[in-house]
Amino acid sequence: MNYLDEFRDPATAKKITAAIKAITTQPWNIMEVCGGQTHSIIKHGIDQLLPDEIKLIHGPGCPVCVTPLAYIDKALAIAAQPEVIFCSFGDMLRVPGSHHDLLSLKAQGADIRIVYSPLDALAIAKINPDKQVVFFGVGFETTAPTTALTAYQAKQQKLDNFSLLICHVRVPPVMQALLDSPDTQVQGFLGAGHVCSIMGYHEYLPLSAHHKIPIVITGFEPVDILHGLYLCIKQLEEKRYQVENQYSRVVKEQGNQPAQQLISQVFDVVNQSWRGLGEIAASGLSLNADYADWNAEQRFAVAAINTEEPAACRSGEVLQGLIKPAQCAEFGTMCTPEHPLGATMVSSEGACAAYYRYRRHQHV
Amino acid sequence: MSDLKLNCPLPLQYEQIVMAHGGGGRLMQQLLDSIIQPVFSNPLLNQKHDSAVLNVNGSKLAFTTDSYVVKPLFFPGGDIGKMSVCGTLNDLAMSGALPLYLSCALIIEEGFAIKDLQRIVKSMQLAAQQAGVLIVTGDTKVVDHGSGDGIYINTAGIGLIDTNISVSPANIQVGDSIIINSDIARHGIAIMLEREGMNFDSSIASDCADLSGLVQDLLKIDIDIHCMRDLTRGGLASGLIELATSSGHAIAINETALPIHQDVNSACEILGFDPLYIANEGCFALFVPQTQTAQALSALHRHPLSQQASHIGTVTATHPKGIVTLQTTMGISRVLDLLSGEQLPRIC
Repeated sequence: MNYLDEFRDPATAKKITAAIKAITTQPWNIMEVCGGQTHSIIKHGIDQLLPDEIKLIHGPGCPVCVTPLAYIDKALAIAAQPEVIFCSFGDMLRVPGSHHDLLSLKAQGADIRIVYSPLDALAIAKINPDKQVVFFGVGFETTAPTTALTAYQAKQQKLDNFSLLICHVRVPPVMQALLDSPDTQVQGFLGAGHVCSIMGYHEYLPLSAHHKIPIVITGFEPVDILHGLYLCIKQLEEKRYQVENQYSRVVKEQGNQPAQQLISQVFDVVNQSWRGLGEIAASGLSLNADYADWNAEQRFAVAAINTEEPAACRSGEVLQGLIKPAQCAEFGTMCTPEHPLGATMVSSEGACAAYYRYRRHQHV
Repeated sequence: MSDLKLNCPLPLQYEQIVMAHGGGGRLMQQLLDSIIQPVFSNPLLNQKHDSAVLNVNGSKLAFTTDSYVVKPLFFPGGDIGKMSVCGTLNDLAMSGALPLYLSCALIIEEGFAIKDLQRIVKSMQLAAQQAGVLIVTGDTKVVDHGSGDGIYINTAGIGLIDTNISVSPANIQVGDSIIINSDIARHGIAIMLEREGMNFDSSIASDCADLSGLVQDLLKIDIDIHCMRDLTRGGLASGLIELATSSGHAIAINETALPIHQDVNSACEILGFDPLYIANEGCFALFVPQTQTAQALSALHRHPLSQQASHIGTVTATHPKGIVTLQTTMGISRVLDLLSGEQLPRIC
């Protein structure tokens, strides 16, 4: 298939793997930022193709995993109200809140629907004028534009039975926070390709220059990831630190400008809490004053819900790359995909879930 | 990672039934193992085959039942009626039976269109007629508006197994070749695209088909079929994991040998689904001795329902027993695990 088969071609992968081995002279720690990349690495076994010197650190780029517990509890509080149709992307439904998850609430009779686009939620609002329809907008800059477009259309159409619970987050500030952390082991980044398809990569230029760290914007297929790693290792070995674009078939430096305009038209940049990581300055997006009437937190008075994260879950350390999932005592015992303690075990993009699914029988 | 241990299933987490309990994954397995199986336990049920195999006065009978709750009722490649006949015929066929008789129980929601009901029962009759079976008994119930989803169908089936034939998970042996008759994941993706009204520029149709004729053809030639399994809910991966678990052998399959339609692959990529776990309605796995692989493939390739038949893997003596591994296109081996429930579409 065009754009798929050639990026899964074993012969090409083998060539790049050989090239990586040829240039690697010392240990390097490289973080893939995006959960989609983590999933692909573990699914295809890419880390097992690499020389021992290369350690991959799985980054915080899974939107399900980093949505704070407080927002899951807000979602549950809203979805439990009898007049509400609560719409969400599928993989948010199994994320555990303080007491239960959206799937359990659905089983108890709440009207919770999986949508593929926020615009589907808008359509549901139009055909259910006697119901309050709420869309749970989560994700990085990749999904933020469609949420912004939905808010824009709701305002244009004066749809007053529609609102949005927003927990959108931004990638550059969390990369900045990771680099500022004294514990950081990251020496190079594979940048999140899809986020950059929207935002471009100009935001990363100062980050790379200030921290003297290579950032290679990378795609998601095995050949993309190996190529991104090759470019990153080459920079490290040559003591260079630049922003490079491996994913040039999709990503342009300035990104998708109409999408960026929509984001800035609808959202304010705010400080935001990340599950397991705490509050990070300027890392979130929330509806601005023009869209306050469509803010579900105000409409359903759930803004005050502020749940503490459970202590047993070490997902924060996993998300920072300080431990591998299997180093957590609860991994595979108290914490499984059926009974996740933290969100990294829920989403298919979460590092813990990926390790559980693909590496549980590692001694095979 | 080598210090990881296998763990017993955790107790049921949910106090109510959630959709994932019907998703063909680990939660469904837990429900069966902890709630259903212990109560009904008997040697026939515990065979864990697609049909129960019964010895009645010297005859070997296969007996099975299945319920159909598919939405939408009409979809590219079939409808709930055709599916309710073919699905039960296939369950009989997988035990090596020649299907003979079916039952038909209809649970219809108040307000359901008579013309749709007519269309569905005609479709059932056509499928039964083509397979040479009779629908000989049935039941009809109507429930209040809002208590059903249009129509649900249950069918049960009886078939006759030649006394010389023994096809069962217990017969799987180390070294067996695993062959599938067709490309995978078409049914689940066709249903999903139709249900969600996605405007894909493609016409993916369900593979919904009666496999009993094909299986009868295979049984007539000189191949020692050890086991067959139709790869419905939970897809290829879940079907093979169940067989690995119940036979106590390990299974290794090869990603490059898996036939997947290009459009199905594209849809899976966009939605974030793994085709290995997507439902089929006309695809089955066949376990034969390694020496008979070519013969089985050539027989399959002569039949219209198995032109894409492919040798996808082998039963191995690898430890630990009871697991399925996939050799990825990158040449790495990884474990295929049961999912919790149905796959949920990914955020991005």
